[in-house]
Amino acid sequence: MLTERLRTILLGPPRASLIPPPRPIYLGRGRGLPNEKEVIETRASRGLDQFFSYIKDETGLAILDLSGLTQSNVDFITSLGHKLYTEDFLRSLYATFPEESDQMNSGLIERFLNENLNYEDDTFSGVLVWDVLEHMAPPLLAATIERLARIVKPKSYLLALFHAQERASSVPFYSFRIADSKSMTVNMRGSRTPTQILNNRTLEKLFHKFESLKFFLTREHLREVIVKR
Amino acid sequence: MFAFSPRTPIDYHHVEYVFKKAGRTRTVSMWGKKKDEEALPPPPRQAPPPPPVITESSKKEITPVSSMPIRNAEPEMPKNIATVGKSVAVKGQIFSREELLVDGEVEGTIELVEHRLTIGPNGKVRAAIKAREIVILGSVWGNVEVTDKIDIRKDARLEGDIKTARIIIEDGAYFKGSIDIVKPGEAVKPAATPRPAAPAPVQAALPSQAPAAASQAGHPPAAGIAGAGAK
Repeated sequence: MLTERLRTILLGPPRASLIPPPRPIYLGRGRGLPNEKEVIETRASRGLDQFFSYIKDETGLAILDLSGLTQSNVDFITSLGHKLYTEDFLRSLYATFPEESDQMNSGLIERFLNENLNYEDDTFSGVLVWDVLEHMAPPLLAATIERLARIVKPKSYLLALFHAQERASSVPFYSFRIADSKSMTVNMRGSRTPTQILNNRTLEKLFHKFESLKFFLTREHLREVIVKR
Repeated sequence: MFAFSPRTPIDYHHVEYVFKKAGRTRTVSMWGKKKDEEALPPPPRQAPPPPPVITESSKKEITPVSSMPIRNAEPEMPKNIATVGKSVAVKGQIFSREELLVDGEVEGTIELVEHRLTIGPNGKVRAAIKAREIVILGSVWGNVEVTDKIDIRKDARLEGDIKTARIIIEDGAYFKGSIDIVKPGEAVKPAATPRPAAPAPVQAALPSQAPAAASQAGHPPAAGIAGAGAK
């Protein structure tokens, strides 16, 4: 006790900031949305920078955000003069496909796409896909990309994020918010078992109907991918 | 627990006593409103009971309990607020010249051009809505036009297109549709919005049919519902 007091007097109070906070772990089956304590940080994003550099000089574009309704995304995109469409894709995904095996069911896939991506061809000038594609099994993923290719205008862009760690049994579960045109707030909400990890080659095959793909690796071992229609 | 000192400005026990004497049924909160009460708009004000008849004999019994002026303990609430209670269902058009709280079910159209509409937590509205301001705590299926502000609270659900000057969103709210920010002064005009590929007309469904209707995001309910009625 006396030693501790002496140490405190000589060295000052222990610095709590040196002790890293415990990392929240969500070890469910990769299903559903974890409700753990959140870890939030804002970082630069090359992908976001590229995405907005293509649309910054125009106004009145239709932008689709698949991450649901968030104040920061709405504020930012509407402040640029664009019209924002939102779909809470993950919430619908887990509601429509309670089990991962359901994502093989072509009837359910068709229903899901008709409920969540039911837009005319060439509607959007940009889509913020975030990481939702990673939550999908191959048949649903292929159908979703096919539908995205239809509803996006030629020469417009998608921003998608994928984990870069191949063979990971557990990956962090993130949600993303736009902080400004060059940075995003990454909100780590736990961990999940990945449905599938997609490498660059697989992504190129998946987006074969698109004109080009550009990859940016982030410090969270994420790949930000800009896809041009 | 409380030691009354000469510095105590008001004897709160006596204040409460005064309100009971006045025939008020609501108790007075000394330490401010609860959070839940603040989240919801205040309930419609009940008509106060008739004041007690003061006779000569009763006049003598009343003794002043405090010399401090007593503030009106009524919370700030809108003077004119119409309410559709949670056990009420309305089909048809609602046009209101006062604020409206919908905590029940409404199917059709709602128009409060210069006033605020609140959809309570039990509210289920399948309607095209026009209002100056909207606060949503319940569920709305239909397009919303707001000249001032829309406030979508946590656990609220909105499927439809929004035109508004300002938008406030709480995390956890579910929204499916488009957001068009119309600057104040700019007339809300029908924009050339991209429509869903298969514009199947939405039947004005009852809440039990919600999953089917939920798939038709962005579509207003069937227009032209004639007549109004409460069941």
